[in-house]
Amino acid sequence: MNKKGPLYALFLSLVLLLPGCSSLAVLNPKGPAARTLSDTIILSILVMLGVLAVVYILYVFVLVKYRAKKSNEGYIPEHEEGNKVLEAIWIIIPIIIVAFLSVVTVKSTHAVENVAEEYKDQDPLVIYASSSNWKWHFSYPEEGIETVNYVNIPVHRAVEFRLYSFGTITSFWIPQLAGQKYAMSDMLTELNLSADTIGSYMGRNSNFSGKGFAHMEFEALVMSDEEYNDWVKEVKDTAPELTEDEFKTLLAAEHLGRKTYSSTHLTFSPPPGDHSEHMSGGGTETDLDNGNEDHQENKEIHPSPEPSSQTEFDGEPHPELEEPLPSSPVDESTHEGH
Amino acid sequence: MKIDASKPLEYSTEENSNKIFGFWVFLGAEIPLFATLFTVYFVMVNRFADGPSGPELFEIGPVLAETFLLLTSSFTIGLAVHAMRLGYKKATLVFMGITLLMGLAFIGIEIDEFFTYVHEGATLQTSGFLSSLFVLLGTHGAHVSFGFLWGVAIMIQLWREGISPATANKTFIFSLFWHFLDVVWIFIFSFVYLKGLM
Amino acid sequence: MDLEKFKVHGEPLIYGAMISIALATIGILVGLTYFKKWGYLWREWLTTVDHKRIGVMYIIAALLMLFRGGVDAMMMRLQTAAPEMKFLDAQHYNEVFTTHGLIMILFMAMPFIIGLMNVIIPLQIGARDVAFPRLNAISFWLFFMGAMLLNISFVIGGSPDAGWSAYFPLASLEFSPTVGNNYYSLALQISGIGTLMTGVNFIVTILKMRAPGMTLMKMPMFTWSVLITNIIIVFAFPVLTVALALMMFDRLFGSQFFTMANGGMDMLWANLFWVWGHPEVYIVILPAFGIYSEIIATFSKKNLYGYTSMVFSMVIISLLSFVVWAHHFYTMGQGVMVNSFFSITTMAIAVPTGVKIFNWLFTLRKGRITFTTPMLYTLAFIPIFTIGGVTGVMLAMASADYQYHNTMFLVAHFHYVLIPGAVFAVIAGFHYWFPKVFGFRLNDRIGKHAFWWIAISFNVTFFPMFFLGLMGMTRRTYTYSEESGFGPLNMLSFVGAVGLAIGFVILVYNIYWSTRYAPRDTTGDPWDGRTLEWATHSPIPAYNFAVIPKVESRDPFWESKRKNIPLYEDKITKIHLPNNTGKPFILGVIFFFLGFFLVFSMWIPAIVAGVGIIIMLAVMSFERDHGFYISAEEVAATEKKLRGETV
Repeated sequence: MNKKGPLYALFLSLVLLLPGCSSLAVLNPKGPAARTLSDTIILSILVMLGVLAVVYILYVFVLVKYRAKKSNEGYIPEHEEGNKVLEAIWIIIPIIIVAFLSVVTVKSTHAVENVAEEYKDQDPLVIYASSSNWKWHFSYPEEGIETVNYVNIPVHRAVEFRLYSFGTITSFWIPQLAGQKYAMSDMLTELNLSADTIGSYMGRNSNFSGKGFAHMEFEALVMSDEEYNDWVKEVKDTAPELTEDEFKTLLAAEHLGRKTYSSTHLTFSPPPGDHSEHMSGGGTETDLDNGNEDHQENKEIHPSPEPSSQTEFDGEPHPELEEPLPSSPVDESTHEGH
Repeated sequence: MKIDASKPLEYSTEENSNKIFGFWVFLGAEIPLFATLFTVYFVMVNRFADGPSGPELFEIGPVLAETFLLLTSSFTIGLAVHAMRLGYKKATLVFMGITLLMGLAFIGIEIDEFFTYVHEGATLQTSGFLSSLFVLLGTHGAHVSFGFLWGVAIMIQLWREGISPATANKTFIFSLFWHFLDVVWIFIFSFVYLKGLM
Repeated sequence: MDLEKFKVHGEPLIYGAMISIALATIGILVGLTYFKKWGYLWREWLTTVDHKRIGVMYIIAALLMLFRGGVDAMMMRLQTAAPEMKFLDAQHYNEVFTTHGLIMILFMAMPFIIGLMNVIIPLQIGARDVAFPRLNAISFWLFFMGAMLLNISFVIGGSPDAGWSAYFPLASLEFSPTVGNNYYSLALQISGIGTLMTGVNFIVTILKMRAPGMTLMKMPMFTWSVLITNIIIVFAFPVLTVALALMMFDRLFGSQFFTMANGGMDMLWANLFWVWGHPEVYIVILPAFGIYSEIIATFSKKNLYGYTSMVFSMVIISLLSFVVWAHHFYTMGQGVMVNSFFSITTMAIAVPTGVKIFNWLFTLRKGRITFTTPMLYTLAFIPIFTIGGVTGVMLAMASADYQYHNTMFLVAHFHYVLIPGAVFAVIAGFHYWFPKVFGFRLNDRIGKHAFWWIAISFNVTFFPMFFLGLMGMTRRTYTYSEESGFGPLNMLSFVGAVGLAIGFVILVYNIYWSTRYAPRDTTGDPWDGRTLEWATHSPIPAYNFAVIPKVESRDPFWESKRKNIPLYEDKITKIHLPNNTGKPFILGVIFFFLGFFLVFSMWIPAIVAGVGIIIMLAVMSFERDHGFYISAEEVAATEKKLRGETV
């Protein structure tokens, strides 16, 4: 009734405004991980539309039927305590829905956190994606090449991104290929994806990281195997080597265009410790610092390592960070700049 | 003010009993506060970077002295409340004075401990572990210091106006606070020092 | 002393803000002097310990902050209305969305709710005041000074710019070198201490000061929701206290909690922040549920359906609110097990929330529903909040969240939860209880105009954001390219924002209009209410109830009207009330200066202020103020006058 008209008109106008479903990147997947997520999202939307329908029908019904009107003037509603059976119904049915969605969640989370079924037998292509200021560095350790602000991957190939950051927390996201994951300075995270279709896809940092955040995008180019191999070969042959000094200037820059190198920074600047063994165990690194109550159990899951192994990734994970390089963007432009 | 003679003096008015209940609720808030600080400490305990670790830093002697002082002062504040209930103003003041002196000695030892740490190059800035250690101990120490000032204020009031519903109420609430700090210290002693020394 | 760091340069916007702040301040000072209102202001407001006046001050402050946060919102919508807009630069956009979030949650929604709770709770439980009236005044002044401290950051030194969640390392000195995040840690700390004290105060008030006969399960639903909320406050706010203290140590004293080297851990901040941050959401939403329950019962002329399950659902929500925090960062790489756990706990919240929705619908069923302004907001809440709720379930699914996280979809979701779930509620409560406090109703016709503007514009503003999120637009981005295709929907959203602004202007106009022209209510019960607050006069006498009422049912006033059961059995006796005091205000001012000096690392003045606080506390400890009595005759005379009888 009163509220429905405007809502309906709004929905219609939105549908008209949208240049079709293809612009909804998240629902237009080009790889198994993104497809699993898209299916999960659409399924959840359908279930939720069902829930909305029940609430809305009931809502419109009671408002129309029991509104104050001339004919029920002087009617004094009776005292009504509640009804055990009815209340049980709207406890049990939501529990069933939540249980169903929980199963979907666990399954799909498990699916996208691992290599997709159809690519299980492949040896994944490992790419380190690291962020500094408002740019992305992509290191291909096996190929021995490195790019800045663009990443090329072969089609139909399992790709394992290992993410970390030289500064603020960023989030690595190629919506049409997979969901996002954080890149952080003291922990390596892992993102599995593969692409089914050749093409160029928008990738970006989705986690707010300061002044240059809006422009922190990169291109993810999916190419055929031959093209990819040719490209790697060409880079090996023609691109300059990435020296430590050169890398320092890269880190210091705020934004950069595309860059290509025939060696990686991983050799002289290793990534932070891999905590993946904790990730699978249930007692995770983040789990340790959360609650007020459960630190005791966590201590057991997470036996305190030897001091030496600790300092390895706590004390000196990336010595170049001791120098004030990544901070330069903010240094240069404090408030007065504007 | 309605005074209910059937109850102990510190509970005798509605205001008094509300204040005591309110202080319990406040202590309820102090529990998550210290629990969070402990959690931070446990997360940080192995993150000592280039600085010293717990076992390298802790000395059992001063810690035992601190523990002895605080545990005994918890006992003497109990005696003070007992004396207050019996109406012995002088005894109350004496026991409270002993409590506060022991609190002061505790603070003195803790400050000395902090100075020793800093001399050994272990400062707030050195590592995550030391930051969390200093803040956990410092928060407790700040509570004891605040308690000392508060206790002095209450003693002056007791001395000036004797044991009245108002001063009895304050003394009792102060004793709750002091016992609570003792409990927190037992946790610090067990989970910071003993565990660190093992 | 380096004066440079106080200054904020550039941008006509900021000079405009400075000038308007200066003009407003001068205007207020001159006005007060001209109308000789200094004494009135001091005696009746700044020194008051009366819960009703403190509540009114909370609400006035919240309305001012709503205006400030709303202007921030308009600037953001304007800047993103079209691709490559040049209205704000990145730095200012970042400051604006950070303060928008902080102000709307901490300095608008919370104080508005605490204001309503101050005015109403003692009345609903039949008490003369809160348990600790002076502590209540201290709470208010700490909140107010914290809010002012954050607000001056815009013109002195620069606002926080790392988002309201202030994730490290972004919020560290290295990446946010301005004093903005110092303001963050200190302003929130000061007002947070005030809120914690409010929590203690109201728990004691509700548990110890209820009228005789009002057992726990006979408490009005709003009182229940406030009790549970305050319990959450007492357990959640200390976590914020610690988190902010650690932030302050990191930024001011160089400690290594959240740093990138020397053993610091950025993820620790995210965990601490959200361990407080998620319960915080329920701190603003549960009282809203209480307000809606009161309004629905009143305007469908029916008792609340399923009272017991309503209470238990709130208790369950409050427990669950402490075990869902990691759903704010599923993408931090905790792995499948942890994410699944938090997904399930989060979705579980939908069950008790659903129970509440259905109970409200069944309260309406078989009722006689009248569509007054407060009822309209309540009725709009149900369908809109349900959208917020179901999208919440969608976001709770960890896998799907990998695609929603950090996008406009999330922004749409939490506005769909917080605006109907908190803003509509406080506006509804404002309209509903306004006549109780001021003795006249806000005009219903103007109120409905404002409502339709707000309700429709809200959907126009935020519904497109669901689609923007699915298109891949991230939140907190100050601009986007033409090719992205985000333009049209953002423009639509801006149009909606303008509509919202118009709605709020009409709402404010309604206050002005009704103050001048609305007929006065002499009954004290303009809506045919059900609970005790309607059983006393409007405006409320200082002592609330001449005689403490006796309660026998959940809707005592309704029952007494219908069945002629007398509420007041005792005779009028002399009434004890606390004296006004200026010390809470002075304490608040000193806290303000302590915060300000710490923001700028001015150690000596900060120490002086700290000593000042200790002296104030000592002075208050030594003070023996036994309050005053109103004689029985005087009470009887006031009662007669309020009833409109000649004395």
